[in-house]
Amino acid sequence: LIYCYRKPKTKRAKRFLEKREPKLKENTKTAMLIRGGNANLTVTEVLKDIYAVKKPFAVLYKKKNITRPFEDQTSLEFFSKKSDCSLFLFGSHNKKRPNNLVIGRMFDYHVLDMIELGVEKFVSLKDVKNSKCPEGTKPMLIFAGDMFDVNEEYRRLKSLLIDFFRGPSVPNIRLAGLEHVLHFTVVDGKIYMRSYKVLLKKSGCKIPRIELEEIGPSLDLVMRRTHLASDDLYKRSLKQPKALKPKKKKNISHDVFGTTYGRIHMQKQDLGKLQTRKVKGLKKRPAEKAAEGGGVSPKKAKSA
Amino acid sequence: MAAVRVEEVLAAAEEQEAEKRRSVTVEKELELEFDLGNLLALDRNPPAAASGLRGAGPRREALLRALARDNTQLLVARLWELPAERAGGAGGPLVARLPDPAFRLPREKPPPRPRPPTRWEQFARLKGIRRRKRTSLVWDEQAKEWRRRWGYRRAGGDPARAWLAEVPEGADPEEDQFARLRREKRERVARNELNRLRNLARAHRAGTAVPAAPLHPTGHQSREELSHVARVARVSTASLGRFQPRLPKEPAEPPSRSGGRKRRFEPLLGNLAAERSRQLELLRDMGKKKPVLDITRAVNKQLRQEEAEAAAAKGKKQSQRGKRGRRQQRVGRKSKKSGGRPQQ
Repeated sequence: LIYCYRKPKTKRAKRFLEKREPKLKENTKTAMLIRGGNANLTVTEVLKDIYAVKKPFAVLYKKKNITRPFEDQTSLEFFSKKSDCSLFLFGSHNKKRPNNLVIGRMFDYHVLDMIELGVEKFVSLKDVKNSKCPEGTKPMLIFAGDMFDVNEEYRRLKSLLIDFFRGPSVPNIRLAGLEHVLHFTVVDGKIYMRSYKVLLKKSGCKIPRIELEEIGPSLDLVMRRTHLASDDLYKRSLKQPKALKPKKKKNISHDVFGTTYGRIHMQKQDLGKLQTRKVKGLKKRPAEKAAEGGGVSPKKAKSA
Repeated sequence: MAAVRVEEVLAAAEEQEAEKRRSVTVEKELELEFDLGNLLALDRNPPAAASGLRGAGPRREALLRALARDNTQLLVARLWELPAERAGGAGGPLVARLPDPAFRLPREKPPPRPRPPTRWEQFARLKGIRRRKRTSLVWDEQAKEWRRRWGYRRAGGDPARAWLAEVPEGADPEEDQFARLRREKRERVARNELNRLRNLARAHRAGTAVPAAPLHPTGHQSREELSHVARVARVSTASLGRFQPRLPKEPAEPPSRSGGRKRRFEPLLGNLAAERSRQLELLRDMGKKKPVLDITRAVNKQLRQEEAEAAAAKGKKQSQRGKRGRRQQRVGRKSKKSGGRPQQ
């Protein structure tokens, strides 16, 4: 809105533009799910299922778009600008790369990272016949396997998947509503994505016992090509504005044992002017008085 | 015998307790990493029973599910430890307070840049003008009710339906006053739009200032551009070009822009009109009763500048020194104020 050469004439247009401008605290990232020119049934089903998981923060493009993300990124950037989406999932299929999915994210409407994954096995939402969790539940994300830390590409993939499936950032969460969990395991270079419904069973103590029921799409993925952002561009995209940093409370420190200490700064006190008459503990008791002024008591001395 | 039975009962109860607690504890080699703000858990353990996971089929699914169950149990245990409260009164659902997300994810768009102040904002800051809070409703005497300041059903009546336009004192009696009002409104709107675009252009220019572009080698630079670049490069050393050796064909001294003259004078017989206007202006200024330099205004301007500087310095020092600094500053400022007033 700040850099708008055409001022919006209606309040609705103004709201639309304000939603899209860069802000301190950003909107939840939306994803666009695009079908390539030669997408087959499997890939289309995958896109539809992931749309169901990511609703309402996703847009499913109905028509096929003949582009190649790894060669030419302009059409993806154009779509991102039009629909204000910073995540995308592009599905295609050809003989060399069967059942191909390109998952990626944008920074400032330019492609930041892109990773190509091949779908080896896919079980759709429709094939698993049981009740699912409601749309829009924030899923719990679990990544298992040491490859996610060791290998740089897998680390970026982990960051991409967290970004993709995270959902809105909330301050509070209803504990009974933790129903959905997405579990990613990497074994031998293959990534297994499974989605479960969480059943909280009574256990003796406060923490419930967890039982899982498989729902939702389950994918067996293998990593193919990658197009990762350069280090400095990635660092620039990670930069958060200073205003968002949590304000440090001064004069509070913590102990190893968890005790909180506070510091109070006092002015210099004139100890001669301390009010001691009102402190009962400092008053001389009659026995003390007698012992002290045994010979001379001030009143007697005066009268004499 | 009773004692033995009591012991048995106690042992059995302990067994049961341990059993219950076992059902929610999970043994792992490496502790998981948690980011509760994102509901995220990272398991670094290398996938155990890898042989089982390699083989396809239901066995793998069962192993994956067991692994997922264990990890989810740990994550849920952590989430249940968060401070929780009952939302919406006593009967409401149990709601836990999540911490801020810790995992660093890249932003969608770069953070917003602070825009430079507009011409009015600069002027207001200079003069010390602050924004007055206006009431949204105004009392309309005609309609005897509170009406909006502007917009639908405004306080002064609809300006489009104004049936009377007074002819101002010095105006031409033949002039169409309604047309004049409409024309003036159009001019005002156009002037506002022009100023808005100018402010925008200034902000845009300030945002995308690229000073070094002409200095980068392109390949299509002219002789003058190259010599300018060479001059700039010469002066860009730590000692500002004083000890820079000259290239073989470079001229000994840099050709000065004024052509060797330190002072410039206008030609004697040049622009007669300019000379005439200059002389007349000089005579006018000499004959004026009012001084050319308005002392009051100048002093006020100086005072305001000093105040602004002091406020900026005070703000900086406050953030540096803290409470003690504020105390000292206040004492110091009082004395400065008494000495700084002009004697008028």
